[in-house]
Amino acid sequence: MEKANEVGIKDKPKSREDVVIAIKGLKKSFGEKNVLKNINLQLKRSENIVVLGRSGTGKSVTIQCIVGLLRQDAGSLKVFGEEVSEMSDKELKQLRIKIGFLFQSGALYDSMTVRENLEFPLTRILKLTDQAEINKRVEAALESVGLLEAIDKMPSDLSGGMRKRAGLARTIIVNPEIILYDEPTTGLDPITSREISDLILSIQKKYKTSSIIITHDMECARMASDRVLIMNEGEYIAEGSFDELHKSNNKIVAAFFKDIA
Amino acid sequence: MAEQVVIPGWKKWFENIGDQVWFFFKFFRNIFTGGFEWSEFVRQCYEIGYRSMMLVGITSFIMGVVLIVQLRPTLVAFGAASMLPRTLAVSFVREIGPVIIAIICAGKIASSIGAELGSMKVTEQLDAMEVSGANPTQYLVVTRILATTFMVPLLSVIGDAIGLFGGFLALNLRDNMSFQLYFTKVIGSLEFTDFIPAFIKTIFFGFAIGFVGCYKGFNSNKGTESVGIAANSAVVTASLWIFVIDAIAVQATSLLFYN
Ligand SMILES: Nc1ncnc2c1ncn2[C@@H]1O[C@H](COP(=O)(O)OP(=O)(O)OP(=O)(O)O)[C@@H](O)[C@H]1O
Ligand SMILES: [Mg+2]
Repeated sequence: MEKANEVGIKDKPKSREDVVIAIKGLKKSFGEKNVLKNINLQLKRSENIVVLGRSGTGKSVTIQCIVGLLRQDAGSLKVFGEEVSEMSDKELKQLRIKIGFLFQSGALYDSMTVRENLEFPLTRILKLTDQAEINKRVEAALESVGLLEAIDKMPSDLSGGMRKRAGLARTIIVNPEIILYDEPTTGLDPITSREISDLILSIQKKYKTSSIIITHDMECARMASDRVLIMNEGEYIAEGSFDELHKSNNKIVAAFFKDIA
Repeated sequence: MAEQVVIPGWKKWFENIGDQVWFFFKFFRNIFTGGFEWSEFVRQCYEIGYRSMMLVGITSFIMGVVLIVQLRPTLVAFGAASMLPRTLAVSFVREIGPVIIAIICAGKIASSIGAELGSMKVTEQLDAMEVSGANPTQYLVVTRILATTFMVPLLSVIGDAIGLFGGFLALNLRDNMSFQLYFTKVIGSLEFTDFIPAFIKTIFFGFAIGFVGCYKGFNSNKGTESVGIAANSAVVTASLWIFVIDAIAVQATSLLFYN
């Protein structure tokens, strides 16, 4: 059965899979501390999921498991139908090329200019060599996050919000099939936040990417989500569309929506 | 109770050794996998080599001067003042030059690599590189370790030359010796068995400096204070390694050459 399944997946063209990420009973603890208790999640092709949850409940840990930065203690985590924890280094690398990951801090390489930061994935991962094309893509990506004027600056000369947007540009420049956004709008002003939310939405529409968006920004959740999950103490306690959850009577859920008209 | 304290210590120690072996293995494998990062390598050679030149030059010069001033009275007492150039040349090239310069480089280079990579770890840049599918070992570790492995021997040779020149100037404070005579005496007293083992030793010193710096940086914890810890323990560990390698090298060379 396992064998047949494996073969089946290899034969099947990627575009026919409906579920790109399937997580079942995922557990992860650090020492004594049980961070993820029981995570179940299915991300469908070209779907945007927003995860809401209080600080420290394990939202970042979950997406770090998805890209194999952390290894789960128990449970299954499949991306494109294959178990991440069983992948070889090479398979993991192939997988990571298809997944974009926006770090909460932006994680710009601070020895490089913004331009070099964006060129890095193009030359190292996509192995592009045509400088004209590289320039074109770098400028287009920066344009879309409204940061073209900072192209030759060093990360240390940027504000927190600018760094975040540059990080976002670096994530989307390789057109990944899945994007994991860790708080894409935190620390940005409302106007830029809305632009970023719009951008997330337009990336989804244009490239049919699937995304998990971790955020505390309800405006972003409303705009960008197809489905919202509420995470509390290592588990998802509620799931539904933004409007459905908005009407929920659950105390924890209602607390997130209390300021929304 | 006492046992319980000891056992985790040993376990940790062995884990650490295992980690380092694995780190070395990854470094080694990544030298030969395609896509060598030439421009980063050259940049590191510049950062590591050129930027340490001044420091190495000044230190070596002072060491050369100090050694002559210190050695002189003893040799004069033995009526062997003419042996000064020879004594300086042999001791500087065999031992003092390589070790002093390596220690200086450990302080300057190992700490800066440790701090740089440590802060990349803290700010999730290493994770970001890893997750993007690029190869941080290839881009960051291979280039830095190879750069130190090439540049520390080069710095040592330059340091030797400057140190010996310092010795010449110091000698001329008291005696009058032409540069030509000094030069002939120095070159005449140095044999390949003085220079080659010392040179090989500095290659290992350079490797140890790069390796320890990279390892400590990559394995620092995720907190701002760990950047300082990474830099500090890189210097301490690299310096220790330099003396250990020196001890092994002196045994090896005396077995091979001086018997
Ligand atoms: N590498 C790690 N080692 C040890 N503990 C960790 C590690 N990563 C995360 N944790 C712990 O796991 C818990 C969840 O962390 P996580 O970063 O997932 O929170 P979060 O939900 O993303 O919160 P925030 O909204 O503040 O970003 C925290 O208590 C944190 O201390
Ligand atoms: Mg987080």
